[in-house]
Amino acid sequence: MLKKRIIPCLDVKDGRVVKGINFLDLVDAGDPVQQAKFYSENGADEICFLDISASLENRDTILRMVEKTAEEVFIPLTVGGGVRSIENIQNLLKAGADKVSINSAAINDPNIIKNSSKYFGSQCIVVAVDVKKESDSWKVHSHGGTKNTNIDALEWLKKVEDLGAGEILLTSMDKDGTKSGFDLEILSRANDVLSIPIIASGGVGLMDHFYEGVHIGKADALLAASVFHFNEFSIMDVKNYLKEKNIEIRI
Amino acid sequence: MKKNITIIDYGSGNILSAKQSFARVIKTENINANVCISSKPETIKNSTHIVLPGQGAFETCINGLKGIPGMIDELNNFVIAKKKPFFGICVGMQLLANNSLENGDHKGLGWVDGTIEKLPAEKLKMPHMGWNSIRVLKKNLKINPRETDYYFVHSFYFNCKNKENVLAITNYGIDFPSIVNKENIYGLQFHPEKSSDQGLDIIKSFIKI
Repeated sequence: MLKKRIIPCLDVKDGRVVKGINFLDLVDAGDPVQQAKFYSENGADEICFLDISASLENRDTILRMVEKTAEEVFIPLTVGGGVRSIENIQNLLKAGADKVSINSAAINDPNIIKNSSKYFGSQCIVVAVDVKKESDSWKVHSHGGTKNTNIDALEWLKKVEDLGAGEILLTSMDKDGTKSGFDLEILSRANDVLSIPIIASGGVGLMDHFYEGVHIGKADALLAASVFHFNEFSIMDVKNYLKEKNIEIRI
Repeated sequence: MKKNITIIDYGSGNILSAKQSFARVIKTENINANVCISSKPETIKNSTHIVLPGQGAFETCINGLKGIPGMIDELNNFVIAKKKPFFGICVGMQLLANNSLENGDHKGLGWVDGTIEKLPAEKLKMPHMGWNSIRVLKKNLKINPRETDYYFVHSFYFNCKNKENVLAITNYGIDFPSIVNKENIYGLQFHPEKSSDQGLDIIKSFIKI
């Protein structure tokens, strides 16, 4: 059976982890390789790096970081944040990323999804979609959630799939940081319209939220950051909990 | 004797990961071997082991391989005439088949009889992406994979003509071959280079052939 995936997300800036593990005496807590390695050895099914560097000049720094990580970590690695062009994608894949996640660039020009998935294969193109609820529907937000595009989320998701995305990283901005659980409504609605895998993101605070995410939200993978970084529980705690509840999981 | 492992670069996918996983195994197991990436048919002559990775569409991959003058002849010589160890990963495994029905009908290398067909998608997400278990059907003295989870990403599968070529199967809607083998030829549908320690173990056993 295919297993549900648990993915820790690390925020990196200028090649250094700024939001990552906070409970271990890592020799260098800012080192992305050490952080990714720790998670990989402790049950993560994939690693996600989100580059929050402000400037474009730091693209080379992230490439070196991806290269070093791929030398040490032998599980899939997704890199997102600031991906703007086919060239960016190619460089990240060449450096050792397995998947690249695209967000604002896809909204600015949806053709980047079509062209990149055709060129590199759908399997490495993840489209990240940030959504916020407005009365009965959800709207897509771009630029790190700062801009409301007024695009209907479900329509956008379907379009993104048709253009060739291999996977969706769906973040609820209403839930992100609240620790009140995933937005199960948008997750299950997205699941109804999509036939590609969905990674749920935003809102995890309790172990049961992971269970709800797969059981009610029907997500294929679950992404979390702070609950793991602050060791509120470990990835293996979550996996054992899900296993007990008869969710297919890799132990 | 020092082993020379060559990973064929024909413009497909995340080839660096494959190299790094082999380099890691060589280092931790202290094996007298060298791994390199090459797109030159001449390199194959001096190799003891060949690895063919692959990502994306079958047609793009086979055309990439054909696009290197002399490459297919040299591979045929290495694999079929000399019967030296060969390792295909993902689409690199699918290329072993007679043909693929992905976006048309495209001829493969024809080293292991069978056709690449689409996984039946009824109510299942496509691509088949993530960790899935394998069941070993046939014991193989050289490659002895653990019956555990490995990382898969694909929408097409190898429909093998001869069941004796199927070393292991995986279920996703149907049972499909996750490891194929014919004499010196090994093909893995999953990514051993992305499958943690159990994946590196398979790489180790391949290098030791």
